Amino acid sequence: MTMHMADALLSPAVGTTMWAGTVGTIAYCSRKLQGNIDEKMIPVMGVSGAFLFAAQMINFTIPGTGSSGHLGGGMLLAVLLGPYAALLVMGSILTIQALFFADGGLLALGSNIWNLAVYPCFIAYPLIYRPLTRNDGSPARITIASVTSVVAGLQLGALSVVLQTVLSGRSELPFGTFLLMMLPIHLAIGLVEGIVTAGVINYVKAARPEILESVDQSRPLSAGVRVRNIALVFLGFAIVTGGMLSWFASANPDGLEWSIEKILGKPELGRQDGGMASALKSVQEKTAILPEYDFRKSEGAAEGAGDGKGEQTWPVAAPGRSASGIIGSFIVLAAVLCVGFVLRALRRKTEGGR
Amino acid sequence: MTFDREYFNLGVLDILSCKDTCIHRLDPRTKVIATLLFIIAVVSFPKYEIMGLLPFFLFPVLVFSLGDIPVWLILKKVLLVSSFAAFIGIFNPVFDTAPMVTVSGVAISGGWVSFLSIVLRFFLTMTSVLLLIATTSFPGICHALRRLGMPELFTSQLLFLYRYIFVLLEEAMRMVRARNMRSFRGKGQGARVFVSLVGTLFLRTMDRAERIYQAMLSRGFTGTMRFVRTYRFRATDFALLTVVAAVLYLFRVCDIVGTIGRQTERIF
Repeated sequence: MTMHMADALLSPAVGTTMWAGTVGTIAYCSRKLQGNIDEKMIPVMGVSGAFLFAAQMINFTIPGTGSSGHLGGGMLLAVLLGPYAALLVMGSILTIQALFFADGGLLALGSNIWNLAVYPCFIAYPLIYRPLTRNDGSPARITIASVTSVVAGLQLGALSVVLQTVLSGRSELPFGTFLLMMLPIHLAIGLVEGIVTAGVINYVKAARPEILESVDQSRPLSAGVRVRNIALVFLGFAIVTGGMLSWFASANPDGLEWSIEKILGKPELGRQDGGMASALKSVQEKTAILPEYDFRKSEGAAEGAGDGKGEQTWPVAAPGRSASGIIGSFIVLAAVLCVGFVLRALRRKTEGGR
Repeated sequence: MTFDREYFNLGVLDILSCKDTCIHRLDPRTKVIATLLFIIAVVSFPKYEIMGLLPFFLFPVLVFSLGDIPVWLILKKVLLVSSFAAFIGIFNPVFDTAPMVTVSGVAISGGWVSFLSIVLRFFLTMTSVLLLIATTSFPGICHALRRLGMPELFTSQLLFLYRYIFVLLEEAMRMVRARNMRSFRGKGQGARVFVSLVGTLFLRTMDRAERIYQAMLSRGFTGTMRFVRTYRFRATDFALLTVVAAVLYLFRVCDIVGTIGRQTERIF
């Protein structure tokens, strides 16, 4: 799974904003389900999650390439369980992957649920899959619908990974290059996954049509609900991105300038006097959580005035201080390791004494 | 084969979480919040930071030794994890080639500095998550999530999912073994067989869910999951959380490595 966002690439602003969006969606889905269903849904959802987890481990060979693929499954769950239950189940699977397999990490979990579950369940399923299969549930129709919706969901997820990475400003990959890297790969993955998803849906439909029918009946995504549903997703999206950008502006103006520069390819934009940049700066000065940030930065810049990147660099970069930095690093690491060994030795001793 | 590895992974962390040390005895909420604070502090450094990250290694070292967690087991998992972060980070030296630091005459570009920073962040955040699950059982984390305000439906089916992962993994393992034994020269490994395999697994899953639900009903299930073990957020939890937050803030704000280095240079 190449698409899992990672903690190491995220800035706190982007990470927490995506968490806020994800928690909001989970709460919305839970409320929606709690009103509509009986408690039987709890075991059904739980065991379906375990099912998808196991199914993700099964490999199959992709014809003509010799490589092997496996299932992602967001769209499959949306069709088999309905979008609300599917979102919660996907969220749970990603939580377990984050905790036990360190896939992504805890801060990135919010972004991962958003990228891999919200798009298939609330954009691709209601906007593409449902309209395409509404009047005609033939196998061919289901195949077309699931391939297009899986591809769309994955493309949105990939785009979202790129945006989160670029806005966080930890990677140097330019927006365009990164996008060109991600989108074609996920187009190919989407095509394969779409075909497999369609196969499983058709299989279940042929063997037990009542399972799919009950999804249709118990969670009617009829006109009224659907419009409100989608409006809500987009509203949430607007709030999330708005919040992300404004938080960014107050906490990390460098990052914002950097990313705008990368996206628009106009270095001048960030350096304008007056206008947005200075407004952001004054906001930042007023709301700075860590005033020492600036203190340290100016100290570093002053001492490192000799080198070329004086403005942007940190104390670590000042050549005059690199020797003391390396000495300090070794001492700190040695001290940390000593603490570990001493504690371990003490523990052995107390356990031995018992 | 990936099955055995995944199965082993889940099982070994589950067994570690049953230990009884001072770290394991803490309220799960304390550990979840502390881990989140730690990750946010680590991630909040600007992209060229390396020295500021080093003092943070104190936290995993403390948990390793106080929680009696085998170091190599966790390190192996961190190193083996297929890392999107490292894959993306390796592009930094390609795009950012301006020299930034000189170490004994060799100039190092900004890209390598920021790549090293990403690797350190990756290591610290991944280790902290694995340590969280190794010192707090999964039901404990579900409990914490519930008490921190996650919807009950979500945490209930999360618990369920965890309970049945082992059952379903074993079932899928048997099906895959049967497929592999019947397929010769790569025939039968394709998408067609895969689809009916997954379809069958899903139908069996639905039947199983029905049986489980009937069994739960006959044992008095009313829609809420109950925890046998009760946790209490004690004064020690509160004190520990305060200390952790204070130390994290100190590490984040003070240039500890630089100060120590300069003092040492002054002495010699």
